[in-house]
This record gives sequence, C-alpha cells and structure tokens, in this order.
Amino acid sequence: MLQGIAFYLLAATAVVSGLLVVTARNPVHSVLWLILAFFSSAGLFVLLGAEFLAMLLVVVYVGAVAVLFLFVVMMLDVDFIKLREGYARYLPLAAIVAGVLLAEMIMVSIAVVQGGAAAGLEAPGVPGPDVTNVEAIGRVLYTDYIYFFQAAGIVLLIAMIGAITLTLRHKPNIRRQNPGDQVNRDRRKSVEVKPAATGQGVSAEELL
Amino acid sequence: MVIGLTHYLTVAAILFTIGVFGIFVNRKNVIIILMSIELILLAVNINFVAFSTYLNEISGQIMAMFVLTVAAAEAAVGLAILVTFFRNRGDIAVDDASVMKG
Repeated sequence: MLQGIAFYLLAATAVVSGLLVVTARNPVHSVLWLILAFFSSAGLFVLLGAEFLAMLLVVVYVGAVAVLFLFVVMMLDVDFIKLREGYARYLPLAAIVAGVLLAEMIMVSIAVVQGGAAAGLEAPGVPGPDVTNVEAIGRVLYTDYIYFFQAAGIVLLIAMIGAITLTLRHKPNIRRQNPGDQVNRDRRKSVEVKPAATGQGVSAEELL
Repeated sequence: MVIGLTHYLTVAAILFTIGVFGIFVNRKNVIIILMSIELILLAVNINFVAFSTYLNEISGQIMAMFVLTVAAAEAAVGLAILVTFFRNRGDIAVDDASVMKG
C-alpha cells in the first residue's frame, strides 16, 4: 500500500517535472525541473531496490550534470524568447509523434510483461537477499565487467580532454608558461663567462 | 495495489516520449535539446533497473551505470561544443547552423 502511494507520487512528480523541462519558458527553470525529475527517478530506483544507482543518480546528475547545465545557461547571454519561435508550429506534429510513440511503447511493455518477463527467473550466480545492493554490484563490477569498467573510464577521460580542448582559449596578450623552453634552457644560452685579468678590475663596458 | 514491472515500464515510456517531444518542439534551443536527451537516457535507465529488479539479475544495474557514464560524458562534450559555438556565432540557434553541410 505504502509502496503504491510512493510509486505513484514519485512517478507523477517525475512525469510532470519532465514535461515542465521541455515546456518551461526560462531555461534556468528547465534545469531546476530536470533536477526534480532526477530526484524523483532516484526515488523510483530506491523503490526498485537499486539504492546504489539512486545515490549515483543524485551525485552524478544533480551534483555534476545539472550544475554544468546551470552554469552554461547562466553564462550564455542569449535571447531565449527568440529561440522559442516555431514552438507552436511544431507542436501538433510533435504531439502526434509523441502520442504514437507512447502508445507503441506501452503496448510493447505490456506484451513483454505478459510474455513472462517479470517471472523472476533465477539467473545463475545471483546473490541471495542477505547481500546488499552495493555488495552485489561490487561483486560483478570489478570481475565480470572489468573491461566495461575500464572502457567507461576511457570514455570519461576522452570527454574531459575533449571538453578542455574545445573550451580552452589562449588570449593573445597574456604571457604563458612554456615548459619546453624552460627545459631546453641551459647554461651556455644564459650565462657568458668573460675573462678578467687578475688585479685589474673590470669596467662597465667589458661586462656588456 | 501491487506495483508491477508494467508500471515502471510505463513511467519510462512516458519520460522517453517527453524527451522526444522536447526535441521536436524546441528545435532552436540546443540547451533544451540536450536536457531532453538526458531525459531519454533517464528513461532508458529506469527500464534497465526495472528489468534488473524483476528478473533478479544485477547486470541491468551495471549497464545503467554505464549509460549514466556515457550520459555525463555526452553532456560535458555537448555543452563544451555549445560554448564554443556561442563564442563563434554569438547565438545558439542551431537550426541555421549549416556551415558543415558540405
């Protein structure tokens, strides 16, 4: 009973805030609705027993991706009203496509479920109920899925490098450190030894 | 009131459809398009986790984690491209971005 109430509450929040993400006039509001949608989905994950993924969703999406969106939206000085041109023009087509898609997907879902997808068949190697969700994930993530895990790391590394290279800007009138020049500099290029006779002293001209 | 797999799949289907709808109606605003893609990937994740639970198989959650990774990477690169595009054009209207059409 309580589970049902929680499900319908979280699902309704997720759907309504998702709808507001795409219809809000102000993109900042869109980002905030997106955060709410992610929070409610995290709640749905908890209901499903996937606590680790729920926390991951909050940390990664709300903590990183949504803040990134917020930064970009606030940084760009764009007339967002102008960008909404054509909204009403595309609305009927979008509604038709969305309606057809939704009907198809729900029908497929019901067909899949009635075909016995949720029979709870015991896959081999599934840990018992005494194992927590985090432990169950940890058992397979670094053993069976180690190559996928490494590949995910490479994807993140490449994304990081890509984002930095795309947005890094060298301003022309700012002096920057050049490590190559620093390393290549040696004593012969920097210091000159002038012979000076003993006891005669040096004049300023000789030094230059 | 038993919540079955169908309920979760329906929520995921609705979220996915909202994402597609958002891409259709916000054709100029690339920020909203990126958010719609995030919604679509979230719907996929809900499907993965729901099947993972109801089939009693943990690998669905592992896959959802990888989807999450790719979504984060995609958001980072997409927003970086957006910032560069804005610097070059002074605008983010993507429907007339046809320089690379060939």
